[in-house]
Amino acid sequence: MNKLSLIIQREYTSRVKKKSFLIMTFVMPLALILIILIPLLLSSVKDNKVRQIAVIDASGLYLPRLQNTPNYQFIPCGDSAEACKNKADYYAYLIIKRNLTEGSPIVRIYSEQQVGADLKDYVQSQLSQMASEDKIASYQIEGLEQIIRDSRVRVKTETIRWTDDGNEQKTSSEISMIIGMITAMLIYFFIFAYGGMVMNGVIEEKSNRIVEIIVSSAKPFQLMMGKIIGIALVGLTQFFLWVVVVLVLVVIGSRFGNIPLDGLSPSMPGTESSLPPGVLDGLQALSSISMGKILFWFVLYFLGGYLLYASLFAAVGGAIDNSEDAQQFTLPMTIPILFALYAGIYGASNPEGPLTIWCSFIPFTSPIVMMVRLPFGVPFWHLVLSYGLLALTFVFSTKLAAKIYRTGILMYGKKTTYKVLWQWIKPRR
Amino acid sequence: MYYVETRSIVKQYTGHLALDKVSIQVPEAKIYGLLGPNGAGKTTLIRILNQITYPDSGEVLLNGNPLKENDVYHIGYLPEERGLYKKMKVAEQALYLARLKGLSKQEAKKRLRYWFDKFNIRDWADKKLEELSKGMQQKVQFIITVLHEPKLLIFDEPFSGFDPVNTQMIKEEILNLKAQGSTILFSTHNMASVEEICDEIGLINKSKLILQGKVQDIKLSHRSGIYLVKLRLPEDPDRAKSQLEKSPFFKIESSSLDPYYWQLELSIRDGLNNNSVFKELYEHFEIVSFEEKIPTMHEIFIKSVKS
Repeated sequence: MNKLSLIIQREYTSRVKKKSFLIMTFVMPLALILIILIPLLLSSVKDNKVRQIAVIDASGLYLPRLQNTPNYQFIPCGDSAEACKNKADYYAYLIIKRNLTEGSPIVRIYSEQQVGADLKDYVQSQLSQMASEDKIASYQIEGLEQIIRDSRVRVKTETIRWTDDGNEQKTSSEISMIIGMITAMLIYFFIFAYGGMVMNGVIEEKSNRIVEIIVSSAKPFQLMMGKIIGIALVGLTQFFLWVVVVLVLVVIGSRFGNIPLDGLSPSMPGTESSLPPGVLDGLQALSSISMGKILFWFVLYFLGGYLLYASLFAAVGGAIDNSEDAQQFTLPMTIPILFALYAGIYGASNPEGPLTIWCSFIPFTSPIVMMVRLPFGVPFWHLVLSYGLLALTFVFSTKLAAKIYRTGILMYGKKTTYKVLWQWIKPRR
Repeated sequence: MYYVETRSIVKQYTGHLALDKVSIQVPEAKIYGLLGPNGAGKTTLIRILNQITYPDSGEVLLNGNPLKENDVYHIGYLPEERGLYKKMKVAEQALYLARLKGLSKQEAKKRLRYWFDKFNIRDWADKKLEELSKGMQQKVQFIITVLHEPKLLIFDEPFSGFDPVNTQMIKEEILNLKAQGSTILFSTHNMASVEEICDEIGLINKSKLILQGKVQDIKLSHRSGIYLVKLRLPEDPDRAKSQLEKSPFFKIESSSLDPYYWQLELSIRDGLNNNSVFKELYEHFEIVSFEEKIPTMHEIFIKSVKS
């Protein structure tokens, strides 16, 4: 077995066997899903407490038509607030002073505790409807109500993309945006988490002084690349395990909960009726985005962006003695990554804007920004040019990093500055 | 036959010359002591032999041939700053490092078993390194250095951090390796251990090799012609003393008196035989001992580095 693969193997297995890796891999998706599910579950728990609301309707027009809900009971209560104030512990008092079609339509809800927004909304919509019905009736025109109802037109926009073979596909900007953001965030997370892991690994070997033993057996470049590649594999493993864990959880969820998983394939007959039309459109749009293509470029851009930044992180780890000194060197690296994230967030709502396009070509930002563009469809030559530039840059950055790394790992005690780094990089006479 | 030979090696770092035309010759199956004060350039030379760095000019020969990449398989290196993976299991990292040195997994396992039994640390194989005492870690490190049975062993301060029992054990192992035909390059500040186990030495000072050869030859060539004499005090010491001071054969370099003995360092005048001195002495005193003063490696080291 050659040395590089031996080193990759050690870097990989020593990390995958760690408890923290297992926790990250299996607990993280669970935790995320719980964070999403718990509020959903809690909100679906029925509030079966019935609250009584005293209604003081001076006009007498509305009380008879106010309908009780499972949670709110509207109870008549005389003509004035004073009359029923101390009678029972009502949740709230609704006071309607006059006919709402005349003058400013204001009603008041008094309470000791702040009332819930649902009560306010319910009362408001009920009364608004009644008032406008009354008003329409007061014009005494035959069939006016019907006319008004017919005149309400809501325009719906469907976005449709032509595929390469000329077919039409329903799309959704929202869903493209969400997918773009999720993949961009994942790449951002992976570059930081795994780039940092590379740096800490280098610092650990340097401060343990084992590095001198290893470079007496293998070339520093082999050690550096072995570490970078080994950790990249850890990242990919984690990503695919997450995908598997999420899929398993979704399947389990659909068995026990009532998530209509069948709807994921809208072509299946008989399922359409069970779904509200909005969800169905979303699912159709989801299927219009080629997930395979996104996954393919996601893995490529993850590797490219990671290799670019991880090699720089390795160089920093080699140049310094302990992690406290890292900041002066890592700061110039975090700025472009952060910038890329913000450009990506902005680009999600404006995928064809000049900032988004440019940033999807610049190698330091393209791994993140291109992810945002992908679900909206990107010309193939954009992808080729962008990835070509990224590949060139990471070849260059790896070479540069190797120069710093190979000198740095054997230097102890001296504080490394940018000037010293330059002396390591510049060509020998 | 030299196993390792360097030919006018020059290594320049920014703003400082680390090695200035250093040529050492290390004979096969011998222990060669590489000596020198801190910062003299020993570590740089050792790193060049290990191909961790490369010389700006000059060449390194191993067994007569220029050093090449695969020669690392035949070299075992114990750096002065010891280090292993703290969180990795002992046997696991020994296997890993042995395989980096070209051993197959099976072979490495077999040899590891032998050494763990020999050093009586078999129970520790599955422990993480950080759970071991410092002395134990040193043993593990020694095993890792020799596991692939290298023909050339480079030890940088091998005894530092060992208690006397373990020091003795490692010393015996080093002599064992030599007996089996390994060539050993041994860098140290401990001059007593140099006298004890080194066959030849090379002394580097301020980036230059200033002294090289067999330990015995170097010691003899640094003789100063001084003799250590121990005499029993006569009845009238003062008279005897004044007698000696006038002697034409020698000069008294130093003397110390205690109630029973008189200890002298004498330098004999040029062209004279020891026996004439001896004769002069026994006419006045009872001689307890008479020996030529041979400088220790310690003295040679200090004298050479200071001059």
